[in-house]
Amino acid sequence: MIGIKEVEHVALLARLELTGEEKEVYSRQLSDILEHARKLQQLDTKDVPPTAHVLPLQNVLREDRVGEHLPPEKVLANAPDRQDDFFKVPRII
Amino acid sequence: MAQYEAVIGLEVHVELKTNTKIFCNSSTEFGADPNHHVCPVCLGLPGVLPVVNKKVVEYAIKAGLALNCRIASFSKFDRKNYYYPDLPKNYQISQYDLPIAEHGYLEINVDGNVKRIGITRVHMEEDAGKLVHQGTISTTPYSLVDYNRTGVPLIEIVSEPDMRSADEAIAYLEKLKAIIQYTGVSDCKMQEGSLRCDANVSVRPVGQAEFGTKTELKNMNSFKALHKALTYEIERQIEILEEGGQITQETRTWDEAKGVTLSLRSKEEAHDYRYFPDPDLVPMVISEEWVNEIKATLPELPDQRKARFINDYGLPAYDAGVLTSSRELADFYEQCVNKFNNPKTVSNWVMGELLRMMNAGGVEIDEVKIKPAQLAQLLELMEKGTISGKIAKTVFEEMFNTGKDPNAIVKEKGLVQISDEGLIEKVVEEVIAANPKSVDDYRGGKKQALGFLVGQVMKATKGKANPGLVNKLLQEKLDK
Repeated sequence: MIGIKEVEHVALLARLELTGEEKEVYSRQLSDILEHARKLQQLDTKDVPPTAHVLPLQNVLREDRVGEHLPPEKVLANAPDRQDDFFKVPRII
Repeated sequence: MAQYEAVIGLEVHVELKTNTKIFCNSSTEFGADPNHHVCPVCLGLPGVLPVVNKKVVEYAIKAGLALNCRIASFSKFDRKNYYYPDLPKNYQISQYDLPIAEHGYLEINVDGNVKRIGITRVHMEEDAGKLVHQGTISTTPYSLVDYNRTGVPLIEIVSEPDMRSADEAIAYLEKLKAIIQYTGVSDCKMQEGSLRCDANVSVRPVGQAEFGTKTELKNMNSFKALHKALTYEIERQIEILEEGGQITQETRTWDEAKGVTLSLRSKEEAHDYRYFPDPDLVPMVISEEWVNEIKATLPELPDQRKARFINDYGLPAYDAGVLTSSRELADFYEQCVNKFNNPKTVSNWVMGELLRMMNAGGVEIDEVKIKPAQLAQLLELMEKGTISGKIAKTVFEEMFNTGKDPNAIVKEKGLVQISDEGLIEKVVEEVIAANPKSVDDYRGGKKQALGFLVGQVMKATKGKANPGLVNKLLQEKLDK
């Protein structure tokens, strides 16, 4: 069972602001999801290798060659605030 | 009072010397204008797809091999989630449970004995951006963010808690730095941030098997700072235990100005990284062939080179250790010995004059103006008796500062040693005539007066007289 406290913790980690009503909803939904996962855990997976990725691909690598950079005006186009070519953000302690 | 011992483990981040970032083809070049070396991938814009730089994997494997690690046959990247403005995606791509290399070690010298320090793991990850504060961090009204460093490839090298003192930790870090530098995968310049070090420290009464509660130290930007921070923190913990207190497990920052470690109790403490495999990156399968190919490119490493210096050049272990502590210094030494085949003399000059001048001026070996062949020429001039040992040191300083040839300096400044007996004899007679008291002292049995008289002759010839001849001629005249 995922309580309101845990919902609030997870919401904080994801920087989500939730109303009291939403917290109730997510508490129920997250509990259901975990319940389902608990059911899956009952399966015997002794002979199943852990899945690191769902695609049957490996070693997708590129050569170490420099490409195009994004022009600074585009880089900063969505910045809420800037100073020269820097992003400007609230003070971080 | 119980005897305590420290238990130290280090986490070292090393920037890899690639042309491009770990997951995109933006340049890693240092010193670009802010936010000029970025692209949609390293900025974490929606819909982009990271692709691993092959060179990063090769370099990480190379470092792992040099540190005697087992290379993983299957490795993957994971997301480490946290919010901080230097991290545009709100997660860092790192490696969690399947790092590229594990179970290695390196060897350090402790009181003349070899001690093996275990390496838990080496993993690949991306660097974060740089925050620029106006004034100090506590008074700044806002922060500025430069994402050029975001996505620069790092390897994190985690040691076992095998070190028992600040000295051992320094020896470990020096050896680690040397090994990584030898492999060529990183510059490992601490002052430029291409090598960064955090430390886990605890103390326990000698004889106790369990570890004490540890703290994590951050923000040590030099070897000196690391040593001071560890020494301070070990004493702080012992004091708390002696007073019957308990150590709080926490992250502490080294305050260089105050010379203390301070608690960093902040939201940062409440880390809950929620690692999970990065769905944008597919796993890596590393074949034995690939590992062997990389193994073949490993150069001679510091320990091997040291052994060879002892064997081939007949150097004392101490000399060999100092000279092989960096690849460039060892190269400099060997190139000089190739031209002037007296290994011990070359060693004395490299360890003595060269390192002394480098330390005094804060000069790195790759910035030194003297070429190895020029040092060989200087030593030849000295061996032939063209200049005295004392003058050679003066010439060396000039060479160090200007990069000029020793022959040119000797000519330009008229420093050629005077070995003309007639000329020296004349000065000797003048000095004897001018210092009757010292002459009497000497003749009266005070043999140390000779040193003074030799000094006077050297002074009169501006240090150019052949000291052997001066001694000989003075004694002949005085003993007459």
